[in-house]
Amino acid sequence: MQLARVIGTVVATIKNESLEGRKFLIVQTLDAELKPKGKPQVALDAVGAGVGELVFWCRGKEASFPFKRDSTPTDCTIVGIVDSEKHIFVNSK
Amino acid sequence: MLLARVIGNVVATQKNQRYEGSRVMLCRQITPEGEDMDYTCLALDSVSAGIGDMVLIVQEGWSASTASTGKAGAAIDSAIVGVVDYIDLLPNEKKRQK
Repeated sequence: MQLARVIGTVVATIKNESLEGRKFLIVQTLDAELKPKGKPQVALDAVGAGVGELVFWCRGKEASFPFKRDSTPTDCTIVGIVDSEKHIFVNSK
Repeated sequence: MLLARVIGNVVATQKNQRYEGSRVMLCRQITPEGEDMDYTCLALDSVSAGIGDMVLIVQEGWSASTASTGKAGAAIDSAIVGVVDYIDLLPNEKKRQK
């Protein structure tokens, strides 16, 4: 799982049937200092996240577990919304 | 999931049985602004995408296999699962990526 910022939305009318009604968001992964890391990617939303919010996402087969797991094709799903930047506690010794 | 543009397709008469009836598309990854990136890949089509379309590609075995063939367990690691109409980006993100 990785921290990320939601930076945009993707609209796709034609999509796999099992993705009907689901929301695609563009997320920019962040490191522990909340600096952008790597390129933006598209994630499926499982928690009702919106643009601008700080979230975390999960990758792999497990990404489809919040949905109908056997038929939802996703490799990147937003599984949590971080309350605020102040709610990230880093204990660097 | 990757954003990509379909840049071609591949015809293979001799292929794994599970690929029967599906189209293999050649895709190039793009940025949210629509600029080409270096990465290209082959992906099975599950939404009748055409050349030039901006698409969403899922790169996970189970999902790709169920999306494109209806059953899990095929030797497929990438599938096109959506055709993108448009993308909304935060204004300051557009600037940052330039």
